[in-house]
Amino acid sequence: MTQVVAMSRVERERLPSHRLLVTALSILAIVLLIASLSIGYTPLDVKQAALDALSGRHTLGALVLVELRLPRALLGGLVGFSLGMTGAAMQGLMRNPLAEPGIIGVSGAAAFGAVLMFYFGLAGAFSFALPLGGIAGAFGATLLLIALAGRGAGTMTLILAGVAINSFAGALTALAMNLAANPFAVSEIIFWLMGSFADRGLPYVWLVLPLMAIGWGLIAVSGPALDALTLGEETATSLGVNLSRLRLQLIAGTAFAVGSAVAVTGSIGFVGLVVPHILRPLVAHRPGRLLLVSGLGGAALTLAADIGIRLLPVQPELKLGVVTAIIGAPFLFSLISRLRREE
Amino acid sequence: MEIEAKDLAVRFGRMTLLRKINMAIRAGEMVGLIGPNGSGKTTLLRILANLRSPDEGSVSYAGRSAAAIGARRFSQQVAYLAQGANVHWPMRVETLVGLGRFPHRRPMQGLSSGDRTAIERAMVACDVLRFRDRTMSEVSGGERLRILLARALAVEAEMLLADEPIAALDPLHQLQVMELLRRTSREGRSVVVVLHDLALAARYCDRLVLLAGGGILAGGRPSDVLTDAHIATAYGVDVVRGQKEGVPYLLAWSPTVASGRPSHVSAMERAG
Repeated sequence: MTQVVAMSRVERERLPSHRLLVTALSILAIVLLIASLSIGYTPLDVKQAALDALSGRHTLGALVLVELRLPRALLGGLVGFSLGMTGAAMQGLMRNPLAEPGIIGVSGAAAFGAVLMFYFGLAGAFSFALPLGGIAGAFGATLLLIALAGRGAGTMTLILAGVAINSFAGALTALAMNLAANPFAVSEIIFWLMGSFADRGLPYVWLVLPLMAIGWGLIAVSGPALDALTLGEETATSLGVNLSRLRLQLIAGTAFAVGSAVAVTGSIGFVGLVVPHILRPLVAHRPGRLLLVSGLGGAALTLAADIGIRLLPVQPELKLGVVTAIIGAPFLFSLISRLRREE
Repeated sequence: MEIEAKDLAVRFGRMTLLRKINMAIRAGEMVGLIGPNGSGKTTLLRILANLRSPDEGSVSYAGRSAAAIGARRFSQQVAYLAQGANVHWPMRVETLVGLGRFPHRRPMQGLSSGDRTAIERAMVACDVLRFRDRTMSEVSGGERLRILLARALAVEAEMLLADEPIAALDPLHQLQVMELLRRTSREGRSVVVVLHDLALAARYCDRLVLLAGGGILAGGRPSDVLTDAHIATAYGVDVVRGQKEGVPYLLAWSPTVASGRPSHVSAMERAG
């Protein structure tokens, strides 16, 4: 026992201060963002291309940078941040390390909304069809959840509603593929569902950024209440936490951030599950402090994975959702076995 | 702060758990809520903490309702310690005790020096200061209970409602916590504590409220509440009594011979 205590005391001395941790992760994310800009299938003088773009010269380099690499890198960072932060928020709300942003069903619904656009052939007709369809899907699921939460439904009811929404959206997605008239639509749907940052233009970034920002804001202000929730719902209430409002804030925040993320990139799994779990010990298990840290970590991990894909000599390019799942699933197994040991 | 409960009734479906509950807790008083399992002690405590509303009746706090006081102000004035030692994340002990300052928080600001003093005072009072840098997974069950009590004390509320705070403590810490609760009440705060240990309830509480059979079987000074007849009716046990340095004590000894079951249980069975 004394040995355990002594060991963990050493660990604690190694624990970085919160500010240092936030700074280090921010720097890491920015470095990876720059790295993401400078990696691609064609060699590019990023500095020259950036100068060209800033001075309005329409060179090929400037075009590649602004039209291809910049949106890809920015989306990688934004989506990763959203997944990391909402993962931490859901784990805090459910007080369960196995919760993830998809748990409330919003990502499944967003995916279905986008798939519907493929199904009706609208995806090719105008460029915003996919993200708008996705956002509409996420919005529908959110309204359903908020209607439930607004009536004072508990956390368990919300999880069950999420499971129901997820499986219903999954079934409808399968139905759309089943009934799709031409096989190209099906393969398009399948590839889109795998999740990727490739070939999304800068307008997509401007479309989702405000929605994500609203989501981040809603989640960030609930940090202290999430800390109090560590003591259980009853004690948190006695401390003045308004549980219904907290649930509404976190669900709406997650819906905004993840719904819009899925709407532009398809489903990217495991980031929202794995990142908060890895970083939690570094914030001494404080759910409130984990929010920002996990967002930054999510951005870093997603950017790194997207860089990794482009460095792999595999054609066609691997989809990001596939890669995160391949890395994430074994991690989940190790997490489960560790949780079992702790029991 | 004085709390007054008037004509409270609680029902679960068709079953009436509590009815006609009238009680008052004055400032500086330590009141023990006692009664057999399922007699509604926790439910009553939750109503006093405004975590549940009664099906009938009302509770007033210094003459005002909880709604009139407002959620934030109420959480500053009434601290609640839940049963058990469930903590969902293994936070640092000091951080956890610091959650008691949540009702006093100012938006976007950390702990003030006043907050830090309150946290330290609560940890000293509960004898957990030496664990401040440990995490909640590195302390024993009894230590956890004391840390959670420190969390409740850190609120520095005028009223402390504690649900079985000594249930899993060793004898020394049981005595220490009861001493601490009494000291807290002597500082002018009101303390309501749910207890199963009749000897400690008799010794430390100013007044006892004995719940049984769906209502208050007896209320008042410990010597008036803990009579052989009341204990036999409520718990279905006979007690042995003694004295140490002029202070009476009692010990549950054997099930009452007459019924073999507590009378309120059979009464409830008949009613149901």
